Amino acid sequence: MIKFVLMVNRQGQTRLSRYYHPVELSRRAALEADVVRCCLSRKKDQCSFVEYKDFKLVYRQYAALYIVVGITDSENELSIYELVHNFVEVLDKYFSRVVSLNRVKNSWIQCQGVCRSLKHLK
Amino acid sequence: MSPSVPLQEMIRAIRSARTQCEERGVIQRECATIRAQFRQADNEGRSHNLAKLLYVHMLGYPAHFGQMECVRMIASPRYSEKRVGYLGAMMLLDEKQDASLLITNSIKNDLANSNQYVQSLALCTLACMGSAEMCRDLAPEINRLLRASNSYIKKKAALCAVHIVRKVQDLGELFAPSARCLLTEKNHGVLHGAVVLITELCECNPESLELVLIRWCQCLVISGYSPDHDVAGISDPFLQVRILRLLRILGHNNEAASDAMNDLLAQVATNTDSTKTVGNAVLYETVLTVLDIKSESGLRVLAVNILGRFLLNNDRNIRYIAMISLQKIVGTDHNAVQRHRGTIVDCLKDQDASVKRRALELSLALVSASNIRSMMKELLSFLSSCPPELRSQTASGIFIAAERYAPSQRWHIDTILHVLTTAGGDVRDETVPNLIQLITNTSELHCYTVHKLYRALHNDISQQPLVQVACWCIGEYGDLLLRGECQEMEPVQVTEDDVLDVLEAVLQSHMSSPSTRGFALTATMKLSTRITENVDRIRSIVSIYGSCIDVELQQRAVEYNALFKKYDHMRYSTEWLGQRFLVFVCSTFVVQSAGLSPPICGFPQVCDLLDLLGGSEPPLQSSPALGSTAPLPVGTAGTAGGDLLDLLGGLEPTAIMTVLLSVFSVAPTVSVYDKDGVTVTLSCEKQSDSGLSITLTASNSTDSDIRGFTLQAAVPKVCISSSFSFQVNLKMRLRISYTSQGSAVQDTVQVDSFPGLGH
Repeated sequence: MIKFVLMVNRQGQTRLSRYYHPVELSRRAALEADVVRCCLSRKKDQCSFVEYKDFKLVYRQYAALYIVVGITDSENELSIYELVHNFVEVLDKYFSRVVSLNRVKNSWIQCQGVCRSLKHLK
Repeated sequence: MSPSVPLQEMIRAIRSARTQCEERGVIQRECATIRAQFRQADNEGRSHNLAKLLYVHMLGYPAHFGQMECVRMIASPRYSEKRVGYLGAMMLLDEKQDASLLITNSIKNDLANSNQYVQSLALCTLACMGSAEMCRDLAPEINRLLRASNSYIKKKAALCAVHIVRKVQDLGELFAPSARCLLTEKNHGVLHGAVVLITELCECNPESLELVLIRWCQCLVISGYSPDHDVAGISDPFLQVRILRLLRILGHNNEAASDAMNDLLAQVATNTDSTKTVGNAVLYETVLTVLDIKSESGLRVLAVNILGRFLLNNDRNIRYIAMISLQKIVGTDHNAVQRHRGTIVDCLKDQDASVKRRALELSLALVSASNIRSMMKELLSFLSSCPPELRSQTASGIFIAAERYAPSQRWHIDTILHVLTTAGGDVRDETVPNLIQLITNTSELHCYTVHKLYRALHNDISQQPLVQVACWCIGEYGDLLLRGECQEMEPVQVTEDDVLDVLEAVLQSHMSSPSTRGFALTATMKLSTRITENVDRIRSIVSIYGSCIDVELQQRAVEYNALFKKYDHMRYSTEWLGQRFLVFVCSTFVVQSAGLSPPICGFPQVCDLLDLLGGSEPPLQSSPALGSTAPLPVGTAGTAGGDLLDLLGGLEPTAIMTVLLSVFSVAPTVSVYDKDGVTVTLSCEKQSDSGLSITLTASNSTDSDIRGFTLQAAVPKVCISSSFSFQVNLKMRLRISYTSQGSAVQDTVQVDSFPGLGH
């Protein structure tokens, strides 16, 4: 089961976050910072799956943007890995350039809408 | 009031803030504006304001004042406002908020709306944050929508049903028939939703499944190429993965279902293209399913082989997941996994830390009696290069494996020594006593072990466990070391000075912990009986520590010093000091870090002596020959047996130290009582081999007279143990009573040492 989806930039700022389990607002910032620190410190030739506390993180880097998905142990990590790529391809088709997601403005709402579609694979 | 800025302006302003403080300032200003505008009844830019608020919320700032606005906007007839309202509801509202109840009615109305997008908004929101009450209220509506004609709606309704089933499990029966109908759909989106729903239903209630389901799954998976859902050449891998997971649940403890699935799984396993990651994802799910159901052995072998192929893949992710799966089955399918042992061991050298960790766990699980030597070689080379966080796990794994499967004692000791030299700082505390126990038990390897340890100690004194064991060994078997010959290693001439140099270095090094210093000091002391020339050097080393700050060391040093002073003469003539300590003494000696247990108290022969002393032997009724020179009349007391027993009553066996003290102090005449002018001296001489005469002389040096002087003496009956090479000790108790200047005086004196008694 997917627990959350995060999109962060290299500096660690959250660009998009979506939680599929209720998490308190105060805990969210700490969780995001911790997760991001975990992923940003990994080198290029390292595995994309990280064991973090009691769940796993699957992360993928696209230029300056990191997409991190937190999943439970029962999930197929490779399929989530492919799902992230699928998601990025969809965004790419819709907004025409994923890297410029940093400058997504009004279409931020559409982004959230696309995140909703991830519930299909929850 | 500042005019409301559009969303993108606000985002730009927030992003351009250089510090956290600046960002907070911008956001607070915006929130104030938004709040003010919410209070206004009619406002054109309501949706924009709410959108801005949602963005601020996502960054982590509180936005609870927007909840009522969400509720209002959901009720609005305009689609754009509804959309943002529902989005806000999903993000800001959850079960715990009271406002969530208010939207139940709106959702109900919207579910019946003619516009499918409005319906879908309502469905999404319910699926996201619906509480148990809301779910119960709206479940019949959802069920109706599951049978709707519109596949877009059906898809969303299926997901909503999944959420409802998760929240309220009883409602599962309500959805079961509709769910089964959904399976015949062509639309993959609906199918996917249906499969998820059925998976959820099966997890709650396994009896609600039928074999027909499996046959249907079979058709679906093998069905032809569908260009709409193609991902890198595989048709709808996400759906395939879902179906496989459903099959796993169906077949989990079900023989019949597993049988029906065998062909299907074999087909998927062989036909899926494994050159792309997507294909590997499907294969991975297949392998997980095969391993989880009651599959036939051929299929299991196929699955393990797929995992073996994964291990050789270049992609690190795939190697990692292969090892996770192998870890799960190494208990049950041990032989199948053993075949891939070579690849697993190679992965120990991988760059990635996660892969290394997995490879380590698998390697430790694969160690068996047949491959112990080769595996240990690999593990030891891994230990020297592994990352620090894995070291202690590796070390303890190696110890456990060595203990279980060691082919020979020497190999075992070698392995442990190797680990101590490479990763000595990371081993657990009980390693030291365990190793000492092991060394003691292999008596034929003492010479080899002590030579090896000496060499290791000579090279490096920083690894504490190694230093402790080495010190202990040198203390115990130092004579073997000094003898210089050893069958199993090339002989090296070690002089007494070398050994003492090493021990002194350990004692003085900054790196040595207090317990290590204790070991070294004790070893130095033990060596004093085993070496001949440098006793003075040892004495000086030991006496330095008599004033050490560490209390433990100081106590030891002082006691050892005492041994030096008083028992020097017995050092070479007595054998028992040179005897080996018993093992159980060593373990208590080693484990107890505080308090010095007298190093001799574990001795069995000495224990016998204790028994003798404390035994209830009736005392000898000896009438001492009193050569009295006192001018006073001496009356021999009627010594009843009882009195003498009383005398001896308190004669408990004290610590053996006192016994030794008693044995070995030598003086020709000793004064046993000297008080108030009355003195009693004692001298003994050997009359014959079995007889001893003791002379007690009493004298009065006061001016006044002494009347009624009585002397009673009692000695315990002792027998000499033949293993002792010295004469037995004797104890005597004297009771002296007299009257002087009108007052009666009575005193009891114990005589521990007898003059003239040598050895």
